[in-house]
Amino acid sequence: MLPFLVIAVLSAVAQLFLPWWSIAVVTFGVCFWRSRTGWRAFGNGFSGIAVVWFVYALLIHVQTDGILTGRMADLLFKTKMPVLLLLVTPLMGGLVGGFAGLAGRQVRAVFAAKP
Amino acid sequence: MNIAKALFCLLISISLTVAFNQQWGTVPAFGRLLSPFEGFWQNAEAADAASEEKSSVKGTREEVTVLYDDLHVPHVFAKNDYDAYFAQGYITARDRLWQMEFQTHAAAGRISELIGDRALELDRYNRRLGMTYGAEKSLEGMSQNPVSKSVLEAYSAGINSYIDQLKPATYPIEYKLLGYAPEPWTPIKVAFLLKQMTQTLAAGADDLMMTNVRRHLGPALTANLFPDYPFKEDPIIPAGTKWDFTPLKVPTPPTNSETDSSVALNWQPHDPAIGSNNWAVGGQKTANGYPILANDPHLNLSLPSIWYQIQLVTPTMNVYGVSLPGAPGVIIGFNKDVAWGVTNVGADVLDFYKIRFRDNRRLEYWHDGKWKPVRRRVEIIKVKGKPALSDTVLYTHHGPVIYLPDEKPFRNNIPTGYAVRWIAHEADNGIQTFYLLNRAKTYDDYVRALSYYSAPAQNFVFANAAKDIAISPNGRFPLKWHDQGKFLLDGTHPANDWQGWIPAAQNPRVKNPPRGFVSSANQSSTDPTYPYYINWEFETTDRGMRINNRLSGMQKVTIDSMRRLQNDVFNHQASKFLPVLLPRVQETGLTEQQKQALKTVQQWNYQQDTASIAGTIFMDWISRLEHDIWADDFPEKDDQPMRFPNSDRTLQLVTEEPNARWFDNVTTKNRTETIGEIVTVSFQATVDSLAKRHGALGKTWAWADHKGTGIRHLIPGLDAFSALNVQIGGGPRIVNAAGRRAGPSWRMVVQTGPEVSAFGVFPGGQSGNPGSPYYLNMLETWRKGDLYELLYLKSVTEKNPRIKSILTLSH
Repeated sequence: MLPFLVIAVLSAVAQLFLPWWSIAVVTFGVCFWRSRTGWRAFGNGFSGIAVVWFVYALLIHVQTDGILTGRMADLLFKTKMPVLLLLVTPLMGGLVGGFAGLAGRQVRAVFAAKP
Repeated sequence: MNIAKALFCLLISISLTVAFNQQWGTVPAFGRLLSPFEGFWQNAEAADAASEEKSSVKGTREEVTVLYDDLHVPHVFAKNDYDAYFAQGYITARDRLWQMEFQTHAAAGRISELIGDRALELDRYNRRLGMTYGAEKSLEGMSQNPVSKSVLEAYSAGINSYIDQLKPATYPIEYKLLGYAPEPWTPIKVAFLLKQMTQTLAAGADDLMMTNVRRHLGPALTANLFPDYPFKEDPIIPAGTKWDFTPLKVPTPPTNSETDSSVALNWQPHDPAIGSNNWAVGGQKTANGYPILANDPHLNLSLPSIWYQIQLVTPTMNVYGVSLPGAPGVIIGFNKDVAWGVTNVGADVLDFYKIRFRDNRRLEYWHDGKWKPVRRRVEIIKVKGKPALSDTVLYTHHGPVIYLPDEKPFRNNIPTGYAVRWIAHEADNGIQTFYLLNRAKTYDDYVRALSYYSAPAQNFVFANAAKDIAISPNGRFPLKWHDQGKFLLDGTHPANDWQGWIPAAQNPRVKNPPRGFVSSANQSSTDPTYPYYINWEFETTDRGMRINNRLSGMQKVTIDSMRRLQNDVFNHQASKFLPVLLPRVQETGLTEQQKQALKTVQQWNYQQDTASIAGTIFMDWISRLEHDIWADDFPEKDDQPMRFPNSDRTLQLVTEEPNARWFDNVTTKNRTETIGEIVTVSFQATVDSLAKRHGALGKTWAWADHKGTGIRHLIPGLDAFSALNVQIGGGPRIVNAAGRRAGPSWRMVVQTGPEVSAFGVFPGGQSGNPGSPYYLNMLETWRKGDLYELLYLKSVTEKNPRIKSILTLSH
């Protein structure tokens, strides 16, 4: 639970100042610092980013009556269902976060294995 | 093993991140685009909430207050003129930055920079046409006037102060989609925007096609089929108006002005839906005794909206109207004393000169009996993802050589090996006209303001609270011999050069004519008594006649009756053609469906409304009929493009010359077709092709669906940001000129008087952001033909419930 929370908070703060790909750096770092298994690292990285992205996107969507979400769904997926974007957005952020977390954990394993 | 695993995971993670951070061809960088912190989500906007926002910007001299009303129209209150134009730049950029920059990039031939070599030919065309050269000249003209210079600088500084506040997350969405960043604004971009307007409205030229026609038919038949004054006309300056000046000596045409043409391909027809209406009704005909003015400029309907409403208040002015994003001041609008509007004149201000080079080195050309040096101008075209290209353009004293004989032209109406003389290459100071109109109080102020105007020539309509109305086809008109530039010109003879200018004071103008109103709808500027040549052909008179017929019959005119006239969908052209055509249809050979269609058209009341089926049939029929009459006589040849006589001449033909040889199809040997046959066959083919497209005669043939009016985003194919299949009546040559792609881009009605009151709407919204509630919020009102009251505030302290939020600019 702790890595998930740390990833969520740190990545949210980082993205206020840094480009979007800072999520990869944050999840890599956190999972390097602390994660038990590769699966958990991926899970924490994925959910830490995906939850933040989903909540923020949902907040914007609701506050702006989904005007742009609708147009973008039409533009990117030729569908009038803005909900698709609310799923694809966290999925993409989550994948980037998840793989970065997994990489963090695996790199740590290299160092840990050494005497 | 662990190391391999780690490296593998690192590789996946890094590639994934890089892949999502990268633009792939036209596919945007998805990571950046979808990130809620940085991507499109950041462009989503909510409606203006009651708020007081203070923005600290560098560059204002004193504090500026901007009040936004419920339609997101800014009302700018500044303590000096500099601050007003600064604020206009700042807040226009806030709503329209991408559009402002994109349009000026297009005019400057810089689209390849953004989207790669797909746009190369377009860019090259704009460079060759001398857009940059013209913009530089304009900037020179504007900079010579200290007032214009200061306006330009203030406006540019305002835009830049907004750009300085941006970071990638807050860039307008189009930058995120196309993957680039805004660059600093410079005054020359204003000049580019005005050149773009001139290109849209005053770069039409049929000279090449007319030359081919003359070679094909000979001078006499050409003059007969392409007359210099229409069969039916009701000119802008009422026929019979006396000219109150002594004209200059008009140059005489050289004895032999013939020249031949080089290669070119098919002609792209121009869209008759580009044109405009305006009129002013004198106090004697209005309900409250003060003049009313109306204007609706028709342009290619696009998003972000072409116009941006604004009110500018300083100690020297209080003006409201629409501006062009990218140009300071108000272009069409009103103040407490006057109102004005514009429609396009369509003057012949672009001519082609055949250039004779001394040799293939093209260093010198022949003119006036001697070899003159060719000037070279190198244009550097940057291309996204590729090395920049350089293009050398040859300049003669006429102007740039658009294409050399061995090059393929981009547009088919441009002859190769010809230099182009174009009004847009002159130094001018058009923004001075609007600066003065924005502050005008009297008729004399209007006349003075117009004297500074150059291009694109406009019919400036005027009304004021002192009960004057006036109209003037106005611009800088070259002094030419009659019909000079109807055909291609030989560039070696000085007699073919432009011979100076029509004095501004002698531009056609009429004030308070006896009929009690003035109007224009792009028809002929004057009757043939005007001593100078402006053009040989204008838009057909259909809209003009309909407007004049209606206005003549009106008394006690109100804002609402003017609004209804703007939305008039009476098909004047049909009312002239059908009484002649219908009796010619031979009913014996018709199928059931064709008979039924004929009946529908016979019973039609000429209202081209959304549900009209007869309207659909007529519109398709008339264009097929024109094609059937003329296509065989003007055969399409790739290297010899020709055009047909205009629809006014066709009307004269079917009305007065039913036995003319033109009805015979010359491609059928041993047979002579008659007018009856051609009318019948074209009707049958029209009905059959409509049935093929829409099914059996019925509701699916409704005009609005058939026409499919669309208001499209400036990026081609971006349907998600466009409004398609808008259900609206009217169309080309109809007062409500909503065509497939072009139509009324702004409708305004102003009641002058002790308390000015004005109404307006445009198809779109104040914001250029597709993520804003103000992007398309006015569309439905426009579609229904309603107008919004325009909130004209007298002072910054005025309390009005329509004011939603306040923005203060200070340093």
